[in-house]
Amino acid sequence: MSALVLNEEQQMLKDAAKRFMVESAPVSQLRALRDNNDETGFSRELWQSMVEMGFVGTLVPEQLGGSQFGYVGMGQISEQAGRNLSASPLISTAVGGVAALLLAGSSEQQQALLPKVAAGELLLALAVDETPRHNPAQVGTRLEAQGDGFVLNGRKQFVVDGHVADKLIVSARSSGADSEREGVTLLLVDRTAAGVSVERTSMADSRNAAMVTFDGVKVAATDLLGDTGKGFAALELTLDVVNAQLAAELLGLSLESFERTVAYLLERKQFGVTLSSFQGLQHRCAHLFSELELVKSAVLKALMALDAGADDASMQVSLAKAKASEVAELATNEAVQMHGGMGMTDEFDIGLFMKRSRCVQALFGDFRYHANRFASLKGY
Amino acid sequence: MADLDAFRQQTRAWLDENCPPSMRKPITKESDQCWGGRNFTFESNDQKLWLDRMAAKGWTAPDWPSEYGGGGLSQEEHKVLREELARISARPALSSFGVWMIGPAILKFGSEELKRQHLPAIVRGEIRWCQGYSEPGAGSDLAGLQTRAVDEGDHFIVNGQKIWTSYADKADWMFCLVRTNPDAKKQLGITLVLFDMATPGVSTKPIKLISGNSPFCESFLDDVRVEKSQVVGEINAGWTIAKYLLTHEREMIGGMGRTASGQKTLSQVAVECIGLDGGKLADDMLRGEIVRWDLDAAAFALTAERVLDEAKTGQGVGAASAMLKYYGTELNKRRQELLVALHGSDGLVWEGEAHREGAIPRNWLRSKGNSIEGGTTEVQLNVISRNILGLQ
Repeated sequence: MSALVLNEEQQMLKDAAKRFMVESAPVSQLRALRDNNDETGFSRELWQSMVEMGFVGTLVPEQLGGSQFGYVGMGQISEQAGRNLSASPLISTAVGGVAALLLAGSSEQQQALLPKVAAGELLLALAVDETPRHNPAQVGTRLEAQGDGFVLNGRKQFVVDGHVADKLIVSARSSGADSEREGVTLLLVDRTAAGVSVERTSMADSRNAAMVTFDGVKVAATDLLGDTGKGFAALELTLDVVNAQLAAELLGLSLESFERTVAYLLERKQFGVTLSSFQGLQHRCAHLFSELELVKSAVLKALMALDAGADDASMQVSLAKAKASEVAELATNEAVQMHGGMGMTDEFDIGLFMKRSRCVQALFGDFRYHANRFASLKGY
Repeated sequence: MADLDAFRQQTRAWLDENCPPSMRKPITKESDQCWGGRNFTFESNDQKLWLDRMAAKGWTAPDWPSEYGGGGLSQEEHKVLREELARISARPALSSFGVWMIGPAILKFGSEELKRQHLPAIVRGEIRWCQGYSEPGAGSDLAGLQTRAVDEGDHFIVNGQKIWTSYADKADWMFCLVRTNPDAKKQLGITLVLFDMATPGVSTKPIKLISGNSPFCESFLDDVRVEKSQVVGEINAGWTIAKYLLTHEREMIGGMGRTASGQKTLSQVAVECIGLDGGKLADDMLRGEIVRWDLDAAAFALTAERVLDEAKTGQGVGAASAMLKYYGTELNKRRQELLVALHGSDGLVWEGEAHREGAIPRNWLRSKGNSIEGGTTEVQLNVISRNILGLQ
């Protein structure tokens, strides 16, 4: 078991990501995109800068144009993105898309697509959920053989960045009943292919997802990721990779909300004294501080377990996502409450953290989903 | 790394050979825990054998220098030893305030003479220690303690009263905070001294708690002679050592939030009590509460591990100890509440061998003190908000 601390390289990456996000992707950028009703929902220029920084290729193998820095490394970037509410397709493309290709794709598919991802020429999105609450085994979208290829019919929701992705990574059913793990196939579909319709859904956090409908979409055999009907294991692993990064993002936004709140308490005066002098507020902050320490440990452990390919990685990821979600909810709620009336205004940033938090919590399973999964994995 | 792997192999082989099978069974009652000392009655030959074998390796105090009887292990080796002990669910060979508290303080602040006199006896489990800190008038405000020590040249004469001295009636020696300068600012007139409980003028009286047990005592000190050679560190500089010791105590009490080696996990107990239905605990509400606890306990254990790992890289434990104490004790209280709930009416039976003399309700009641002793939850939250967050 390796020590629960960052190594020197990881610490350097964290410092670099911190400087970059503060300078190039601050909260004010998200606010401007929202105020301008930007249909992309992020800055393409920023994405190119992230490519140059090597962030986009963090999980991509070196021989395919990436830096192969691992999940702990990527987690440092996600945490800093969380702190700054940085709007970008990092989660959809650099994490989810890359992980699906690495875990389910053939070497031909990886060689064809991953260099393009690392170069910023290809955006990807995971099309998994069909119900409002995350349930990856609930797959009603059907993939049926037709001629020498397949045909796809169905509908997906909460497809993050699905409105701009060049290719969608879709889970579809080749056999079995709606909620079975057996019979699920992963495949690639061009967003612009005939029969694909994409409706942008603007979310509460001012980021974008999509509702995607597949109506008789033709799929070539070369676009399947892995074997027919055998895709669920790779999907679960992909979701573990994404959820660990979402937990890191939640950690970042929780820490930032907390620090902004502590700073506000030290500055705001009522009854002739600063709010920070009230024990009723001090103890709530001290409790939150303790909870955040727990989240730091759980997130780092999950990222390390994934890097090590540990047997209990799924359990560690569910622990991290559950704990990070629970504490992010508390941290952002307390932040708004302790900012008083200011916390309710759109002018103050603190509400933006609360909105982003709920979207990240819900994406691919909230506290309840992962707490239940944790218990099931532990055999109760 | 290769050295560490070799150490793991050797340790595993040694434990396989030397840890008696009965010492790999869960601790179920008070007497399963080995405290050592002059008056200790071993529950079994295996308990004594296990203590003697571990003590001979110095592994009752694995990271103390071997010249004082310790194991002389590096942090990494100590971690390997802990993992290997946990792997076979070994009971702790020795539970000791000497190992946990006064030993580290003597190592850090004590004279060479004190180290040679006390440390090897602690490692061997020969001397059992108790802590004389709190007084009837000095609880959360510990620095306000009033027990007086008057300078008589080569010794002090001590008068006063201590309270909440754990197992004072069973202990052989006390480490005790006394006031040596009543005129200085309260933190600056305190000295840490050591004395034998058999010294004339020392008497103890157990305090019966809500659990019906008496793990704590009042201790009365009437004209007790303490040699100056038994001062730890400098005279009037005891508060620094007291704070250092409190840090250790917080970590120790905070450690109770973790499932100890040789203890059943809460979810295992839950499965035994409630049973499974379709792979899930048969009671939905209890399952939800247990998962919440389990997640917190898992994240807390990782945090304790991370704090240790960070301490190795030079980031101090000091600030984190208040957080560990606060969270660990609250976790243990939640655990005890859930254990009572899981056992239903069986969890409330007070006496009788069939119910291990009421171990479940007595442990539950005992745990209420966890967030009071060693600095209350409220004091820990004050420490976090003032010293770490700068809120005042």
